[in-house]
Amino acid sequence: MSTERRPRIAVIVFPGSNDDRDAALALEGLGAEATLVWHAERELPDVEAVVLPGGFSYGDYLRCGAIARFAPVMEAVSAFAEDGGLVLGICNGFQVLCEAGLLPGTLRPNASLEFVCRDVQLRLERADTAFTSRAEPRQTLTIPIKHGEGCYFADDELLAELERNGQVVLRYEQNPNGSVAGIAGVVNQRGNVFGLMPHPEHAVDTLLGSTDGALVLGSLVDAARERLLTAA
Amino acid sequence: MKATILVRPKPGILDPQGEAVQSSLRQLGFTVDKARVGRVIDLELDASDAEAARAELERACEQLLANPLIESYEIALAR
Repeated sequence: MSTERRPRIAVIVFPGSNDDRDAALALEGLGAEATLVWHAERELPDVEAVVLPGGFSYGDYLRCGAIARFAPVMEAVSAFAEDGGLVLGICNGFQVLCEAGLLPGTLRPNASLEFVCRDVQLRLERADTAFTSRAEPRQTLTIPIKHGEGCYFADDELLAELERNGQVVLRYEQNPNGSVAGIAGVVNQRGNVFGLMPHPEHAVDTLLGSTDGALVLGSLVDAARERLLTAA
Repeated sequence: MKATILVRPKPGILDPQGEAVQSSLRQLGFTVDKARVGRVIDLELDASDAEAARAELERACEQLLANPLIESYEIALAR
């Protein structure tokens, strides 16, 4: 029914975020109602999901995401995740989630020390998550990356645990940044927090060269809608 | 009280910055086999008890100044 309320998704805006509006626009295009939420807020509005967008929060000082994780809104985001709420971190958002301990591992400067900005091919390892349900298992996705610090690191023990738990959701077909095991995106064990370095919000229209990002964001919108319906 | 905190990439962790520095030094003719790049943080803090200050700084390192997954840290205190 057209009178149904659209699922609401908060997009957090840190000082230095720069993909917040692109993320909001992409989510709106996929049927969600996107709300920008300033980092200084202590509470989240009534939403079904939260997106931490790309950018350079707090100038990437110290380490990417290290300062942003202490932003006032992050306490609310952590509580939201603890309650089982859906949280997606894109690029800098992924870095923030790792620094906040909401996702395992960390992101380090690219092995090449070069900023990489181009489309990459990704292999989908899990099509059964809230963030990938619209895609086919083992599907290859084309989504751009643009980062200087996207080298995912987990020590051997943690890596083995991630592989065992099936927490590696996306892998680069050709490793662009030195990430261990070619990891491009990981989900937490519970399955409600997902982070990836590629930018799905930049691949939602044929004009952008690919629409594969819509499979990721569309899956999130679907999952958010489901939450809305079950809550009603 | 003044404190200096030294943050280093842990042994075995790839340090591309260190590698770039090493290769530049070699290009300049320095015979450097290895370079690792860390970070120095100088702090001034309101504390009279060195032991309490050290405990406080350890918490600061664990929570913010270092990423314990990939970095080690050393704390040096000076009056």
